[in-house]
Amino acid sequence: MNLNQLTIKDAKEGLKAKKFSSIELTKACIEQIKKYNKDLSAFITITEKEALESAKKADELISNKQDLPFLGIPVALKDLFSTKGIKTTAASNVLKDYVPEYDATVVRKLKDAGAVIVGKTNLDAWAHGSSGENSDFGPTKNPWNKEYVPGGSSSGSAVSVASDMCIASTGTDTGGSIRLPASFNNVVGLKPTYGRVSRYGIIAMASSLDSIGHFTKTVEDSALFFNVTAGKDIMDATTLPDLTEDFTKNLDNGIKGLKIGIPKEFVSGLDEDVEITFKQSYKILENLGAQIVDIKLPYTEYGIAAYYIIQPSEVSSNLARYDGIRYGNKRSTFGDEAKRRIMLGTFTLSSGYYDAYYKKAMSIRTLIKKDFDDTFQKIDALFSPVCSTPPWKLGEKISDPLKMYLSDALTVTANIAGIPSLSVPAGFSSNDLPIGIQIMGKQLSENILFRIGNAFEKYTNFYKQKPKL
Amino acid sequence: MKYKPVIGLEVHIELKTKSKMFCGCSANYFGQKPNTHTCPVCLGLPGALPVPNKTAIDWCIMIGLALNCDIANFSKFDRKNYFYPDLPKGYQISQYDQPFCLKGFVELSDGKKIGITRVHMEEDTGKLIHQDENSLIDFNRSGVPLVEIVTEPDFENAKEVIEYLKKLQQIIRYLNVSDADMEKGNMRLEPNISLKIEGIEELPNYKVEVKNINSFRFVEKAIEYEIKRQTEILCKEQIPAQETRGWDEDKQKTVPQRTKEEANDYRYFPEPDIPPLIFTQNKIQELKSQMPEMPGQTFKRFKTNYNLNEYYIEILTKEKLTVNYFDESVAVGKEHNVSPNQIANLLVNKNINVNSTLPADLIKNILNSTKITEIEEPELKKIISRVLKENKKAVKDYKSGKETAIMFLLGQVMKTSRLKLNASKIKELLKKMLQ
Repeated sequence: MNLNQLTIKDAKEGLKAKKFSSIELTKACIEQIKKYNKDLSAFITITEKEALESAKKADELISNKQDLPFLGIPVALKDLFSTKGIKTTAASNVLKDYVPEYDATVVRKLKDAGAVIVGKTNLDAWAHGSSGENSDFGPTKNPWNKEYVPGGSSSGSAVSVASDMCIASTGTDTGGSIRLPASFNNVVGLKPTYGRVSRYGIIAMASSLDSIGHFTKTVEDSALFFNVTAGKDIMDATTLPDLTEDFTKNLDNGIKGLKIGIPKEFVSGLDEDVEITFKQSYKILENLGAQIVDIKLPYTEYGIAAYYIIQPSEVSSNLARYDGIRYGNKRSTFGDEAKRRIMLGTFTLSSGYYDAYYKKAMSIRTLIKKDFDDTFQKIDALFSPVCSTPPWKLGEKISDPLKMYLSDALTVTANIAGIPSLSVPAGFSSNDLPIGIQIMGKQLSENILFRIGNAFEKYTNFYKQKPKL
Repeated sequence: MKYKPVIGLEVHIELKTKSKMFCGCSANYFGQKPNTHTCPVCLGLPGALPVPNKTAIDWCIMIGLALNCDIANFSKFDRKNYFYPDLPKGYQISQYDQPFCLKGFVELSDGKKIGITRVHMEEDTGKLIHQDENSLIDFNRSGVPLVEIVTEPDFENAKEVIEYLKKLQQIIRYLNVSDADMEKGNMRLEPNISLKIEGIEELPNYKVEVKNINSFRFVEKAIEYEIKRQTEILCKEQIPAQETRGWDEDKQKTVPQRTKEEANDYRYFPEPDIPPLIFTQNKIQELKSQMPEMPGQTFKRFKTNYNLNEYYIEILTKEKLTVNYFDESVAVGKEHNVSPNQIANLLVNKNINVNSTLPADLIKNILNSTKITEIEEPELKKIISRVLKENKKAVKDYKSGKETAIMFLLGQVMKTSRLKLNASKIKELLKKMLQ
């Protein structure tokens, strides 16, 4: 096994035991990036020099017997995360030359934990998209089959982990932007509870929906990553009070006796491959001792409608600062999708339309939240596919925005309700493309999601399968 | 037809908190080098988030309480979306439909109550500086806490407006939450003026807003000018345009700034970066208990406790500093049998610098100046004889019937003795010795 294929856990052990150095580990990742980035477009910026410097520092600390959670571990950052002194573009021409003067809280936390930043990953510009094709710097490709989309918007982050260009990466999930690409790339993706990870310094898409999460190779790694990033931040007024917990603690407790619901609204109209995979998946949970129950979430069908009002409304306001006065590029440099959302959002917030659209969408939001709250009184977690189809071909949906929007149908409600959801590899389609499932829980229940995900992963071991690059 | 002015006011007060409204930058921007009090938050850099300043919110609520407002149990911030180069986020964080304070009033001296519609919290914008052909932006002011106080259209003339403004300024200064200095821009006024037909309840169907007024005197002139201008238009059976005008001090008139035919659509919506705020009765009580005595209360107290005349009270209560000084002096004076009235007399009539004179010294001065020295009659007679000898002309004048000359001689006696003497006693002696 190459060093860059390691998990966080194994890499940490190897570094600690001095089986290899952080420099060697980092170089292995950088080499992989250099070798395949041309084909995959996973990275916008490769920070080789900075990475090697921090790897060197990490090695020094390791030889001084210092221990930090991520000491010497190569990590990639979605290019929405502000990095001091390193270009942060949001994959948009509007910010193509923007160099932040500060680090996002999560970036600072990762650096403080000893992580080595190897680069900034590609995405749908401003995180607008489900396929990775909306990047102004070219679409990211699916490493399992380069004719297919990797899922978006955190396309590059998912691909970088799937193709072993780094050990783990960060992402943002506003309507499925972590879970969808995770499921399309056979990696683990966590969308945490809203407010559990600081948004400070991460270029906003839709502020009330943006969740800051990450991609890892295993569920255990996801818990380790969450140990570093979760927590209250005085710079983000929407972060929740601290509940210090070690998210790896209950990982191996098994799922015997857990009540897991399958929402009927999430499993109708599935693609055949997805349906088969999903059935196998919940059978596995049953075999592991969980009790599977059917659940109704009647407001799910309004999820996409509400989401495509709330989200563009906030987008239209959040993008107003790129007015052509600062950052060096005119408003005409916005891509079509951003323009579309600015127009939609401006319309839905306009006087005379506000009540009919925004206000109504917010009422639906309350009902969806209540739907989940009531459900989680009765069960421990929900289980569903991430997407009703496996990855689609590049270009297939790009000219049909509505079709593209609908690919988020199974993921948006978790954002609307602010609940956590973990995407875990669940198998492959008939043409060998990854399919993922998601485990959703009530607010702050990430530890249960990790437990279920870990049990499922230990049983299935899908993560061990790698794309042929 | 007779017209009656309908005037409302919007006042912006910049708070003097240490830090800005949503970040840790210093809020003291006056006279500072441009763009030195900035950070990602007040520059609106990508990813930066606002965290509300608790002190500013407390102070805004105190202003509301001082203006007899109801305090909302549930409130929130909203985004007011508009484009302007001095607004780095493309929206201003303000409050729309659920401000902190609602429905208050300010009572004028004639008992008339001016209704306060709302008091809300927002952030100031940056400042545009036009230099030659360039427009430069200074973001030091961006994000400084701003409180907006909106009245009902209850004013009928400029005099009422001025009285209200003075009262408001006094209240703000008592609370010590802002210097409310018009020249420095930490108190800004925007009157809106229209005229209605007298005797008709309905409000006029137009409104003229006047901006860029930086003194009470100008607001008076602007209102009077507008009343005259609008009356003339109405008398021609036309309707004044709905617009924003500015006061031009050189021309002594208001001039149009921009027409407001198309109302700006600010696309308000709840600020998703700041959770809603809940104010419990306990919290409101706690803030009430932290508030100093307000001018109205001080006025009443000075009247009942000190029995001063209203003219004195008005002068003494103008500033909180003087009030505190007066209270302290009264306490010291009590030990020496100096009455509040004596102290008030001195403070109002003599130019006492309350910053450099200790209350104890003030009382000492009063005691010294009122102490009457007893002097033996032979001694006094000696002094008088000397004065009479030295002022022969006055003596002659007196003897020839000019009675006022005696006052001059009295003064001379005082002066010669260098003592504060009992005047009537000297006068009596003088009369005797002049016979």
